[in-house]
Parts: sequence; structure tokens; C-alpha cells
Amino acid sequence: MADFNYSRQTTIRIIIGVVFAVIIVRLMTLQLFSSKYEKLANDQAILRKVVYPSRGIIFDRKHRAILDNTTMYDLMVTPSQLKGVDTFTLCRILDIDTAEFKKRVVAAIVKNSRNRSSVFEALLSPEKYAKVNENLYRFQPAFFLQERPIRLYPFNAAANVMGYLSEVDSSFLKRHAEEGYLMGDYAGMTGLERSYEKVLMGQRGIQYILKDNLNRPIGAYEKGAYDTAAVAGNHLYSSLDIELQQLGEKLMQNKIGSIVAVDPRTGGILALVSAPSYNPNLLTGSERRKHFNELYRDPALPLLNRAVNATYSPGSTFKTLQALIALHEGVITTDFTVSCSGAFYGCGGGHPMGCLDKGVFNLQNAITISDNTYFATVMQRVINNPKYPTVDSSLAVWDRYMYAFGLGHKLGVDIPTERKGHIPTPAYYDKVYGKGHWNFCTFRSVSIGQGEVDVTPIQVANEMAYIANKGWYKTPHLIDSIEGGDKYGLLTKFQEPIKPTDIPEEVFEVVQNGMQGVVERGTGTGAKVDGITICGKTGTVENYYKGVKQPNHGFFCGFAPRENPRIAIMCVVENGGRYGGTYAAPIVGFLIEKYLNDTIAEGRKQRLEQMANLNLIPPRIYKELRVRDSIERSKDTANLKKTVYWKATKDTLQTEEEPDLKPEAKKSTKNDKDSNGVPLKIKPSAILPDEKRKIKKDTSKN
Amino acid sequence: MQEKATIGKGVDKITLLLYYTLVMVGFIAIFSVEYRSGDSFTQSLLELKKNYSKQVLFIGVSSLVGVFILLIDSKFFTTIANLLYAGGILLMLLTFVIGKDISGSKSWIALGGGFNLQPAELCKVFTALALAKYLSRQETEFKTFRSHLIAFAITLGPAILSIAQKETGLALVYFSFFLVMYREGLPAWYLIVGFSIVVLFVTAILLSFPVYAIMIGVIAFIAIFYLWRLIRRNFVLLFFILLLGGSCVGFKYFVDNIVFDKVLKPYQSERVLSMFGKTYEPKSADRIALFEKEKATGKKKDYTYNVKQSKIAIGSGGFAGKGFLKGVTTQGDFVPEQHTDFIFTAIAESFGFWGSALLLGLYFFLIFRIIALAERQRSVFSRVYAYSVASILFFHVFINICMTIGLMPVIGITLPLLSYGGSSLVTFTILIFIMIRLDADRQMILR
Repeated sequence: MADFNYSRQTTIRIIIGVVFAVIIVRLMTLQLFSSKYEKLANDQAILRKVVYPSRGIIFDRKHRAILDNTTMYDLMVTPSQLKGVDTFTLCRILDIDTAEFKKRVVAAIVKNSRNRSSVFEALLSPEKYAKVNENLYRFQPAFFLQERPIRLYPFNAAANVMGYLSEVDSSFLKRHAEEGYLMGDYAGMTGLERSYEKVLMGQRGIQYILKDNLNRPIGAYEKGAYDTAAVAGNHLYSSLDIELQQLGEKLMQNKIGSIVAVDPRTGGILALVSAPSYNPNLLTGSERRKHFNELYRDPALPLLNRAVNATYSPGSTFKTLQALIALHEGVITTDFTVSCSGAFYGCGGGHPMGCLDKGVFNLQNAITISDNTYFATVMQRVINNPKYPTVDSSLAVWDRYMYAFGLGHKLGVDIPTERKGHIPTPAYYDKVYGKGHWNFCTFRSVSIGQGEVDVTPIQVANEMAYIANKGWYKTPHLIDSIEGGDKYGLLTKFQEPIKPTDIPEEVFEVVQNGMQGVVERGTGTGAKVDGITICGKTGTVENYYKGVKQPNHGFFCGFAPRENPRIAIMCVVENGGRYGGTYAAPIVGFLIEKYLNDTIAEGRKQRLEQMANLNLIPPRIYKELRVRDSIERSKDTANLKKTVYWKATKDTLQTEEEPDLKPEAKKSTKNDKDSNGVPLKIKPSAILPDEKRKIKKDTSKN
Repeated sequence: MQEKATIGKGVDKITLLLYYTLVMVGFIAIFSVEYRSGDSFTQSLLELKKNYSKQVLFIGVSSLVGVFILLIDSKFFTTIANLLYAGGILLMLLTFVIGKDISGSKSWIALGGGFNLQPAELCKVFTALALAKYLSRQETEFKTFRSHLIAFAITLGPAILSIAQKETGLALVYFSFFLVMYREGLPAWYLIVGFSIVVLFVTAILLSFPVYAIMIGVIAFIAIFYLWRLIRRNFVLLFFILLLGGSCVGFKYFVDNIVFDKVLKPYQSERVLSMFGKTYEPKSADRIALFEKEKATGKKKDYTYNVKQSKIAIGSGGFAGKGFLKGVTTQGDFVPEQHTDFIFTAIAESFGFWGSALLLGLYFFLIFRIIALAERQRSVFSRVYAYSVASILFFHVFINICMTIGLMPVIGITLPLLSYGGSSLVTFTILIFIMIRLDADRQMILR
């Protein structure tokens, strides 16, 4: 048959050729000239997963782990696989009803979709974990247990020292933009966890995981060729003595205040107690948020690390420093005596500053008896020293000494939020009173550690280390060494001894003599421990809260043994009432005994228990708690109140009334008279014309 | 006539080689879609649980069918062509009664053992045979309008049935026979009109109504201007031009309001329009209501998901590809229907541009080889049949690949010899092997 259309095959070939050419061109644009598809493919199919290394462990000075890691388990659910699961048993184990079960499943679907696993119950308690694990076969594959490393505090102590971890927020991410944190990460927020975050954190690893279209992981990308392994955090070796810390916390329970103990030879902190404290394990488990909320709203501020973050007027503990300055400046000699006829009349008779015992005192006795008149006279001599042309310049000289002693500025302790306290400068008084309108008499209360001077407990402890060492100290710190070396140079500043002044040793000897007298026969006999030469100094600080006078703060600081000081220590009991010698001194005594003898003498144990059970929480806190709780009568609050405060009160109500502290008894009665009596007390308005300028001021006794 | 000593005598080795190359590529592609590291290859192969192991079975069955076909006398096909066609139509009608629903299309007949047959696939072979039979009839004069109509009826009959079965893709393939008919003398203006309608359709989608109308008006004005001398002789031409212009404008209305809102399903409309970068906005009240409801209940599906994923898979392959079994899109099951209609994406992701181009080259070579075979036939029957095979292959490849690269809306159509599925593979095997058989007897005159 004739074929008339033979030529049409060419047309057909051309059509096919053109179509193939179009397809090839299109493929070129897709595969060769467009890079977005590769990015899209990787974005949807490859999950960049951060692998968290285990955080470093913190050991105490005897290499006991005081901050450890442990593993808890989250119960995870994949809602799409729920069919056929023994829901009833699971509900019984978890102690929830089916309505709650459904609610959680719906929440899981909303959060992560049906096909991905979400947390059904976070951080199972050990009992629940055991039960669930035993019966897990009944709930599989919809439910599984996922490991979750959390922090563990085996000694339940030093909560504020260790600090806690918390999920980073956007402001944290902004501040640490270069450090590779991501939303949802945990970072140390307070305490050592924060100061040594870089060391403890370790190095995070990255895993590339293949995902499928339903976002389920299906395996490692390229068999893990691009993954980087996580490097565990380095351990920290602390100078802390956890037993001493525990004893300190025990003694400070039911009290507000702080204890700081430092090894004067190394600057290593042995105990850093801030009371009230909390069980640090409360802030790691599943109910962290609830507990944190409770602690955060507690009027006694348990989350505040008072050892570094609270400032007090130092009271009479300040007198030791005043003595050092005066001796070194040469305005007095060790034989200089002042006679106290009942009050300080150096600024005229109008507003005398009282002294406790009338008589004639040399320096050593003045420290022992804590004579106000003596030190008012001494500081007056320092300020009115003819060597310096003006009050300005002499106060500036005094300031330099105080700064050298570590006051008025941050010491550089390795826990965050350290406060610098306050040492009044000429500029400060110029601002308050106007230039030329002030002289020593304006701020004479400073001479005995009241008024415009503020210190933190750690500064006081450091000052004791300085006196114990007779002229040098090392910056107090908690961490002695870091596993694998100090890569970031965090510990360098703690190595060098600081010798701020060239005060000769003899001067220290005299002051130490006075301080030894304090414990042996003076105001601080409560700290006495048989067989140990303790040097100490009491302080009783009058204070005001919102303009209302509160019970005195009791201070005691000291070091021991005098011959070869191994511990420098301070204790403050806020609003304990009475004197520094009443509560703070015995507490310090127990701690010194524990540290130096490693045990408490049998005969003193009962007294230790009494001391520990003593409730000195000021009524103000209870009042605030009652106000708060009457506003919100939530069940949980009632529970916490019951367990933490009310129970404590019940246990200690009787003991509080016991006049167990005999050395103070005599003075105590005297004090009562004094506080009512006219001659020994000066109204704050007498010292500062404008009362509102400062809350804490007035005289101190002891 | 010589006696056939072996079945291999006269068989075109190049076609056979290309056939098996493509089948093997298909197996590798299906394997790469389904295999996950850790699977036991031999075990799943023996248990026939995986698609790639079933595909091995299909390849075996196909080879048997191929051998069987090569053993049949060529005359058998001419004799039985019409009967087969009738049987095929009957089978397709049967699906309306006993059809099995597979992914929304009731075009399958269950064969038992988990295997299903899609008559519409097989019908392509029968239609090719029937068309060859009709055109090779001595009394057929393929110049008359009547013969055109009969040829159209033969080819478009199964297409209409396919549309009724909701297998739009398969229906589209039947239009490939127009290429064959064109080769056999169908006037070119059929194709030109068809192409014009496609162009008009695309223009109607792309342009807004006023722009479209103005454009048509300008074209009509230019036509009148240039044809003025002819129009002066015959004013009917002017009316014809005006009528044509008017219907073109009406076509736009037809496309917007009838085609997208009535003829096509909502998801089809969305797929077609998304190809041109448009979003489907229904005009009819019931469609609007449906859309509002879907939006309100949040059940609105993303009908462009397939194409997006397909383009991601292909585009991410780059020039060299990610390597065998290393395509993350493939391994993560992101491309739906990847082992069947979107098998090309697996090749393109793993082997990149060079792999894709090589595959296209294989198809191109196969189609051109078949056209060359067609042109060396002495009998019209063999030539028409071979052209049918080339055209069907071409349409399948063209539509399938264009669909994966976003040049065509997503319609269910397989990539010949590569896509998973027994019906498709066996159909193309029969299609190609009959042609090989006919070509082996190319010196004979078959009618």
C-alpha cells in the first residue's frame, strides 16, 4: 500500500524531541540552577539534635559528691498507637482517673501531633517508675520510658551555694548569644551552677537524625558521619566541708541569718549557710515549678543567699578594724586608755553614746568589753588627725583602709550576686549633708559599726581571716580546683595572697589579745570551746524595717585556733533579739568545735540540739505569711506552711523560753532595763537629722 | 516463508535491551524507595511482602508473557484484534459492577492473592490493535470524515470509560492515538485546533477576564484588518471571525465557571491552577460553601503537597545526586505514591541530573527506536501498531515526568516499565512484545 504520509514521521519526531528538550531544560532549572530545594529537603528530613553531656559533679573537701547527677524517667506517649492499651491499669498506677488520662492524651496530640511522642508524665517518682516499668509490656508500644538526667544533692544541703538549673529564657539567650544556647536548654541560674556554668556544662554534641514525613526519627543521617560527640562537663573540687555545712544549716534552722566559715590559709570557704534554706532536691523533680513558686513567695526569702547578698551594719565587730587603723595611723598606742563614765561625751553632752561598763580601758580591754566610748574616741582621733588637713582627707584615708580590708567592694567570691556593702566616703557625706556641713560627730555611730556602714557576712568572715593571718587574706572562694585544669582562668585570682597594708604583726597581736579576751571573759563567752583558743568579737546591730524598730541582729565573728588559725568564721542571726553573744556566739562555737575536733563533745550535744531547735524567726515573717495565706487559701500553701513553718514552731515553742544561756542572763536583764532606760540609749534622730535617709542606724552595745 | 527455528529470530535486540534496562532501573528505584537499612533483603524478596519483591514477580510474569507472545503467530493479532478490543471494553464496563476501589478509583478487578487488574491499562493494547486493524483495512479510506469519526470512536471510547472510572490520567493517554492518526493521514488542522484549544485554555487561566477579552478583540481586529480583501468578497468570513472571537471570550467563562467549578473536582482544579501559580477560587455557590466549611473545620487539604515534595526531591538531587539509598526525601517517605506514579523522583534524588537525563535518554532512544521500527514495516497494521506503542510510551513519559517536575497537574499515570505495579508492567510488556513480534515478521503483509 502506498504511503503518502511518509514525511509526517519527521514532524512526529520533532514534536517528541521538543517535548524531551523542554523536560531537560526544566530539570536543569530544578536540579542545577536552584539551590533552595536541597535546603528544603534537609530542613524537613534532617533533625539537628543537640546531645546534652552530663554536667560536672561538685565534690567537697573530702571528695564527697555534694552535687551529683541522677537519672529519672519520663513516661512518654504516642497517641496514634493507643489502641488496645490497658488504660485502666495505667491510670491505677499513676493514680489518675480516665478523664485526666484523656485530657493528657489530647494535650499530647495538640502539642506534638498523633504520631510523635510527648511527655505523658514527667519525672516519675521511684515507686511509680518501678510499677510502670514492671507493667510496661501492657502499655507498649504507645508508652515508653525516656531517661532524663537531673541534678541530685545527696546531702540535701548548701542549696543556695550550689544554685539551681533553669530553662533559659529569651533574655538569657540574648546575653549569651555566642555560647550556643537554644530555647529549651537548661543553664545554671544561681550559685556555683551559674559561676561555673562553662565548666560544668561540658560540650554539647550534635546528632543529625533522619525524620520521615510524620516527623518520626528513622535513624542517623549518613550513619552519623556528621555527628559530634558530647563531652561531659568537668568536675569541681570545692573547699566546702559538707558536714560542717550541714551542722551550720541545722543550727540555723528556724532562724534567719547566715554563717560563713573560711579557711584563712587558703581562702577556701568551709561552710556558707544562708537561713532559711530549702531542700535543693525540691527544685529538680517534677514539681519544680510548684516548689519554686512557694519558695519565691516565701516572706523569709529562702532563695536569697544571705551570705553574699544581704548587707548589715557590722555592729561591734567593726571595732577590731577601727583598732587596726588607729594603731597603724599612730593616733593611739596599744597602751592608750579611755575612761568611760557611762557615755561618750566627745561630741558634747547633748547626745551621749552609751557604754556598758564604766571604767578605764586600754585597747585590749576595750575590745574584750566592746566599749563604745573607747572606739568613738579612737575614730574621732583618726578623723581629726592633724596629719591630714581636712576631715575629707582623713575620712578618705580611713576609707582606703576599709577598702583594703575587703569592705565596700565586692570580694570576687565565686558565687554570683555578691553585694559590695557600703563604706561611707567624703563624697557620700557631701551629698547627704552638703560640703563642709559634716564632721566626725555627724557620723560617730560609724565608729561602732552602725549607721552608714554596710557589710555582707562573707566580708566579715574575710576580715576575720585577715586578722587571723595578721595582715593578708586570699579571696574567699568555694572551688579549689577543676578537673582537667582551669581552662578559663576562673581560679587564678584565688591563688594570690592579698596583703593590702603593711600593718605590723604586733598591732594584730594586740587586737587578737582583745578578741581572745572576748571569748574568755568578755561578751562572747558563749563561743568558748574547751581546749581551743578562740578569738572572737560580738556585735549587736539595731535595725529598722520600714521605719519600725526590729529585734537586734546578733553577730559573732572570730577565728581559731589563735596559734595556727585554721578557721575564720562569722555568724549573723537576724532579728534574734538580745546580743551577738546570745545566739551567734554559741553557734560559732559549735562549728569551730566540729571543724577542729571533727566532733562535738558529748556533754555539749544536748545544748547543740537546744540551739538548733530554738526558733528565732521574727514575728514579722509569721505575720506576712498569715497575711499572704489569708489572701490565698490554697491547699498547697497550707501544706507547705504546715510542713515548713507551723511544725517547726510547735516543736520549739517551749525551748525558746528556756533561759539556757547563762552567761547572757545577767546582761539580758540589764539590757531590758537599758532599752527602757534613758542614759544608755540614743535615739536615731539624734545621730542623723533626717531619719528617713537610712533605715539601719543607732548605737550598738556589747 | 521460512519456518521459525527459534523464537529469537528477527527479534529486535536493541528494543529488547532497552526494555530490560528500563525494567531493571525500575526495580532499583522501587527498591530504593522501600528499602531501609537493616531490612533483610533476601528474606523480604522470598516472602513477597515488599513492593520490590512483588515487582520481581511481575518482571518474571512479564518475561513469561513476553516469551508467550513471541511464540504466537503474527496473524493471530490481526485476527483477534477486534475481539480483544470488545473484550477490553466489556472488562472496563464490568468494573462498574464488580470494581474494587483502590485509592479513590473504582477501576480495578480483584484477581485474588492481593493482586488486582486494571482493565483500562490493558485496553490500551487492545485499542492500539483495533485502531491498527481498522486503519489497515483495505476498504478504509482515511481521508473521509466518516473514517476519522470511526477512528476517534475506537480510541476515545475507552477514554470516556476511563473518565467515568475517575482515571483521568489514563484517559489522557488515549489522546496519544491522534499522533498515530496524524501519521496515517489525519489532516493537520485537527492537531492545530487541539493545540490551539490548549493554548487558549492556558491563556484563559493566566489572564483576567478584561485582559483576555481585549487580547481576543485585538487579535480579531488584526485578523479583520489583514483579511479585509477576502471579507469584502465574502462577508460570511467577517461573521465567522466575529463568532470565533465571541466563542473565545465565551470560552473563558466556560473555563472559569464550568470546567473548574463543575467538571473538575475541587482538588483537580487546585492542582491545575497551582501549576500556573494561581489559587482556586470557586465561583459557584455550593463550591464556595464547601470551601468555607473546609476552612472552618480545618480540614482543608494541601492538594499541592505531592508536587511540592516531588520538586523538593528532584531539585535536591543536584547534578550528581545524593547517592543510592541516601536520598533523605525518599528515605523519609515524603513523596506520596513514590513507588508508583512518582518513581522518577527516587531516581532524580539519588542520581541527580545526570541520572535523570540518562533515564530520559533511554526513553527517548526507545521511542525513536520504535518509530524507526514502525517505519520499516511493510504492513500498515504493524506500522500503525508500532506508532501506537511509541505514542503511548511518549505520552506516559511526557505526562508523568512533567507532573513530577510541576509542568503538568498531578494525574495518576505511571512511568512506563519503571513504576511499581503488575498491570502497568504487564501492559507495557504486552504492548512492546507484540510490536517486537510483528516486527520479526515485518516482511509479511498483515491485515
